[in-house]
Amino acid sequence: MDVAWFLVLSVFIFCIGIAGVLTRRNPLVVLLCLELMLNAGNLALVAFARMHGGAAGQVFALIVMVIAACEVVIGLGIIVALYRRRLPIDVDELSELRG
Amino acid sequence: MSATSYGWLVLAFPLAGCIVVSLLWDRLPGRLSGWIASGAIFGAFLSSIGMFVKIQDRPEEAKSLVDTAWTYAATADFKVGLTILVDPLSVFMCLVVSGVSFLIHVYSVAYMTGDRGSSRYFAYLNYFVLSMLLLVLAGNFVILIIGWAFVGAASYLLISFWYRRSTATYAGIKAFVINVIGDVGLVIAAFLLLDKTGSLDYAGIFGAADNVFRVDDGTLVAACLLILLGAFAKSAQLPLHTWLPDAMEGPTPVSALIHAATMVTAGVYLIARMHPLFEMAPTAADISAVIGTATLLFAATVAVVTTDLKRIIAYSTISQIGYMVLGVSIAAYGPGMFHLMTHAFFKALLFMGAGSVIGAMSGLQSIDRMGGFRRAMPFTFVTFTIGALALSGFPFTAGFFSKDEILGFAIARGGGYVVLAVIGYAAAFLTAFYAFRMVFRVFFRNPVPEARELEHGHPAHHEPQNPATGEPEDPDVGFPGPEHVIAERSWPMKAAMAPLALLALLAGVLQVPGIDEAVDKFLEPTFADSRYADVHPSTGTEWIELGIGGLLALAAIALAYFIYIQRRELRLVIRERFDAVHSFLFHKWYFDELYDLLVTRPFAAMGRFGRNVVETDFVQGTIVGGATGVVRVGSSFARAIQTGYLRGYALLLALGVAALALYFLISSS
Repeated sequence: MDVAWFLVLSVFIFCIGIAGVLTRRNPLVVLLCLELMLNAGNLALVAFARMHGGAAGQVFALIVMVIAACEVVIGLGIIVALYRRRLPIDVDELSELRG
Repeated sequence: MSATSYGWLVLAFPLAGCIVVSLLWDRLPGRLSGWIASGAIFGAFLSSIGMFVKIQDRPEEAKSLVDTAWTYAATADFKVGLTILVDPLSVFMCLVVSGVSFLIHVYSVAYMTGDRGSSRYFAYLNYFVLSMLLLVLAGNFVILIIGWAFVGAASYLLISFWYRRSTATYAGIKAFVINVIGDVGLVIAAFLLLDKTGSLDYAGIFGAADNVFRVDDGTLVAACLLILLGAFAKSAQLPLHTWLPDAMEGPTPVSALIHAATMVTAGVYLIARMHPLFEMAPTAADISAVIGTATLLFAATVAVVTTDLKRIIAYSTISQIGYMVLGVSIAAYGPGMFHLMTHAFFKALLFMGAGSVIGAMSGLQSIDRMGGFRRAMPFTFVTFTIGALALSGFPFTAGFFSKDEILGFAIARGGGYVVLAVIGYAAAFLTAFYAFRMVFRVFFRNPVPEARELEHGHPAHHEPQNPATGEPEDPDVGFPGPEHVIAERSWPMKAAMAPLALLALLAGVLQVPGIDEAVDKFLEPTFADSRYADVHPSTGTEWIELGIGGLLALAAIALAYFIYIQRRELRLVIRERFDAVHSFLFHKWYFDELYDLLVTRPFAAMGRFGRNVVETDFVQGTIVGGATGVVRVGSSFARAIQTGYLRGYALLLALGVAALALYFLISSS
């Protein structure tokens, strides 16, 4: 199989992820799309690993998965805190860090 | 112990006293702080006697000793350090200063009883004596200027001692500002002399002066005039005299010590010490003599009409220091310094007596309200009269021998100095007149209510008020407390006044013309290099001059008796007849108004301009406000980016990454 198809798929999924992050207002959905973007990146890494023959890409992909997991923990923690404080669960409404 | 070790001791005692009293100020009960301070000064006096004895042991040529504690700066050709000079002149001054200071400390112990700040007072007083002794013992200009400045600071602290009184604080500021003008003169003179002679030590400067300067050299005259500026500011001569009468706001012992016996004589000491320079610059010396005589006359005329008891004595001080300045300017060093000594005795005595009378009047100071205290306060009456007799130059008192010797010397110098001598005699007449004006108005005639009450045994008590303005004061805040002390009831005051009275009567024996001239002989080694060392009136002439002075004194006393006791209504008639003259003299020749117009108002206006325009508008508004304004405007653009809007940030991020990727894609193809 040509590596190019995997890369195209990866780009496709990445674009869907970005579109979701930029357009959706629910922070949970934003996190989901963020995960999509990360996994798209993983796919690209593994495809290149397959192309070059080494295992570096695969190891890197594993590390990226770990990082994604940690980041999701924190993100979900923030969302739970928002819920507990009865703040609106809407990314547009939460703009207090303004200059 | 050598003479210079005693010299260091003389300085160490008051320093120790000041430190001990300052550190333990709230732990010392009752009058103890006063006794500690007095003990310190007594130690200084004993050390001065030690210095005196050691100096006498030495041969004539070797009577000038210098000792340096440590060196501040030493280069190849210039060395300056903490140096003291022990020679007859400094020993003389130390004896006078420490002796009279000791008696005044003892007097103060009683006078300041019950005052809340009495420990602070004694710390300041010891600090003052330390600085005066430092000034007098200085061996180079650096220590002289240090002592000079310290004395000015001590004067400020003591004048505004009762700091809750606004009149006192104004008076302190006035004294300090005028003194600083003199300080500037002295410092610039030191610079000029250092520049030309390369040294700051007295020995170095005087030694090099002959080689470096011609007679009446421009720089030398300038330096001497600047030294005179310093001397006149400190000694309250024209035109820098206005601070001394106002300095009477301080406690009476302060007036006795600082403004009669010691600090104001520092100018006279300075001119005497710098005599080699003044003799080489006769222009400056003549200016000094003329100003001294003018001050002598001016102050005597004002003292004739002033009604505040302490201010009369203050103007008397200004006038008598005019005598001393005249004396040391015309090279009559022995007579000038002798008059300094006798003046210290009788002026301190007069002030002490005045303090006692003011205590009896419960703080009031106007002689218009005093009278007839003769029977109620016999001790004060006797000592005050002795002081007045000495001040007038009554035959055979100390003042008799000291005052007219200076005028005799002036006549012996001849030429224009005879005019100064005549003016001096006229002022002597006025001096005797106002001295006895005080005596007759305070102690003679009908007793005022306060005197009558005192005769029955209870001192008067008035509502506490500011004696100058009459506004009421609250004694709990730290003003002079409800205790007003009079000499008859207080043994320290008697113990201090009695020796001074004896000295005022008898000190004349030290310098009787033709019989012994102890002061002249003692001071001779210091002034041996004077060009006028052999200008001396003959004994017969001196006795004639003294006789003229004595006759003038007797005539003036008789006139005062006539006006103030026999024909009392004459006083008011004269005042009405000569109303313009009286008003002119009463306003002190309008000097205060003149200075207010020329100096105070312009400087106050400049200060207001500085505050409003320069500080507020320019610095705060333009410079500070401008800088912050520019930053604020600039950053408002950057702030617009921070919207707090998550999706906006995400968009920017995405666009940035895309741009970057495109860039690398395009550039690599």
